Amino acid sequence: MNKILISGNEAIGEAAVQAGCGFYAGYPITPQNELTAYMAKRITETGGIFIQSESEISAINMVFGASAAGERAMTSSSSPGISLKQEGISYLAGAQLPAVIVNIMRGGPGLGNIAPAQSDYFQATKGGGHGDYRLIVLAPYSVQEAFDLTTLAFDLADIYRMPVMILGDGIIGQMMEPLEAKSKKRKVKNVEKPWALTGCKGRKPNIARSFYMKEGDLEKFNLGLQGKYKKIEGKETRWEEKYVDDARIILVAYGTMARIAEEAVKQLRKDKIKAGLIRPITLWPFPVEAFRPAKRARYLVTEMSYGQMVEDVRLAVNGKAKVEFLGRSGGGIPTQEQIINKVKDIV
Amino acid sequence: MTKIYSHPKSLRGVTTHYCPGCGHGMAHKLIAEVVDELGIREKIIGVAPVGCAVIAYDYWDFDCSEAAHGRALAVATGIKRVRPQNIVFTYQGDGDLAAIGTAETIHAANRGENITVIFMNNAIYGMTGGQMAPTTIAGQKTATTPQGRDVRTSGYPLKISEMLAVLEPVKYIERVGLSSPSNIIKAKKAIKQAFQNQIDGVGFSLVELLSPCPTYWGMSPAEALKWIDEVMTKEFPLGRIK
Repeated sequence: MNKILISGNEAIGEAAVQAGCGFYAGYPITPQNELTAYMAKRITETGGIFIQSESEISAINMVFGASAAGERAMTSSSSPGISLKQEGISYLAGAQLPAVIVNIMRGGPGLGNIAPAQSDYFQATKGGGHGDYRLIVLAPYSVQEAFDLTTLAFDLADIYRMPVMILGDGIIGQMMEPLEAKSKKRKVKNVEKPWALTGCKGRKPNIARSFYMKEGDLEKFNLGLQGKYKKIEGKETRWEEKYVDDARIILVAYGTMARIAEEAVKQLRKDKIKAGLIRPITLWPFPVEAFRPAKRARYLVTEMSYGQMVEDVRLAVNGKAKVEFLGRSGGGIPTQEQIINKVKDIV
Repeated sequence: MTKIYSHPKSLRGVTTHYCPGCGHGMAHKLIAEVVDELGIREKIIGVAPVGCAVIAYDYWDFDCSEAAHGRALAVATGIKRVRPQNIVFTYQGDGDLAAIGTAETIHAANRGENITVIFMNNAIYGMTGGQMAPTTIAGQKTATTPQGRDVRTSGYPLKISEMLAVLEPVKYIERVGLSSPSNIIKAKKAIKQAFQNQIDGVGFSLVELLSPCPTYWGMSPAEALKWIDEVMTKEFPLGRIK
């Protein structure tokens, strides 16, 4: 297996191509531009389609069309651009169309800045667009995982017929690490798409729609969606845990923040403080199970935001343990030292 | 006996939900006839609009996609690029194509997408209750221009067909009116030409149909047809634009 040195943004692009993504539409925004550029080169080399759209709104709607026509499709952006895509994401969820949407987060609100942040957690996991819908949200914490989770995202999108989001931050997108990209073409999960718009030869017409006017129809459709989400919660929850069995305090962090938290845990262990780490990989479905056995522990949630995932941790803990929070955003990132000091204050 | 007319295969036998005298029913039927005559029912993918014709796919008997308001040409671009062998068209009202979707319209046209656009211009927003459209005529009374459209504050009727005609990759634009039997025959001819262009790989083609909305114009169906001929065509002259 050959290792290559590559950025997180490019690793996502390479994974998409290897996963059989045949359509990419996007619009430049920092800090995810390397991904757009990578797709412009690589997807066309493999016979796929690249479009630099006139806007983020247009890009997500092109993805809607490509997906409705049966192609594996992806778009990417960063926070303000993802806000613009929310309309299309809601429509994709409503029409039950698979798509992969990459958000390499930057600081907000508004134009914010181009520094890494994790302040789009609510938007990604709680809806973002209008209506009762969910996205599967995958949060890579390394370049390798950015690659692996992107290939997984395409499979999950097709299996469940829904949009899947890769939620990274500017550090994950821009840093370079060795990557084991599969040398042979990865086996693409071939999900049949009898619902796709291909022309109605030999069958009844297909319609890609989210509009249900007749009384009761929309409620019935929504109940179906909720059933699907329940199933996903049962089957697709992913997380990683380290040193939790004997831990008195468990740090909870995802993405880049989890790397800093992991180093803090190692230092705390050296200092004879029994610390552990839970790292959610799926932010939705949230790994509630991870918080059940260790109710003896206290939790410290650290985020590159002012407290978003901490709400899900509190819900998961359900009052059975104390949950503390440490967060910075807008260009600030909690440091290993800040985490260690906070832990020492708590214990 | 020779059969000279029958219900188009591409049009389902469902009861219309449109108001009396509305142009959508006529436009749906013309498209269905053209699709049948060109033998493309099994290849065509329509993109339905937002507005009164939102359930156009309940009338047409072929594959269709919905699109968010104004985004039809972005959705159609996605479909056509991955399925160039299929025939793709959008069906859009004036709000869809000339207001919220102006960017999508201009850029799809400027990319030269080999797509057919059917542009329904009735100078008003129908479904939401008769508000001003970009194409509302100066002085025309609507729910949001109760004193008549004042060009000093609301701008002039937007001539989207003329605007698109200046773009290099746009290959065919014609404006027709659904106002009389002879005009309807011309409309069908233009629609057929626009689809034939796509089949031949010519490129972006658009047919603008001046279409009656008697309900929100506050007219009888007969008066509405007269208003198209006497008022609307002054602002939006019929004929080939490009």
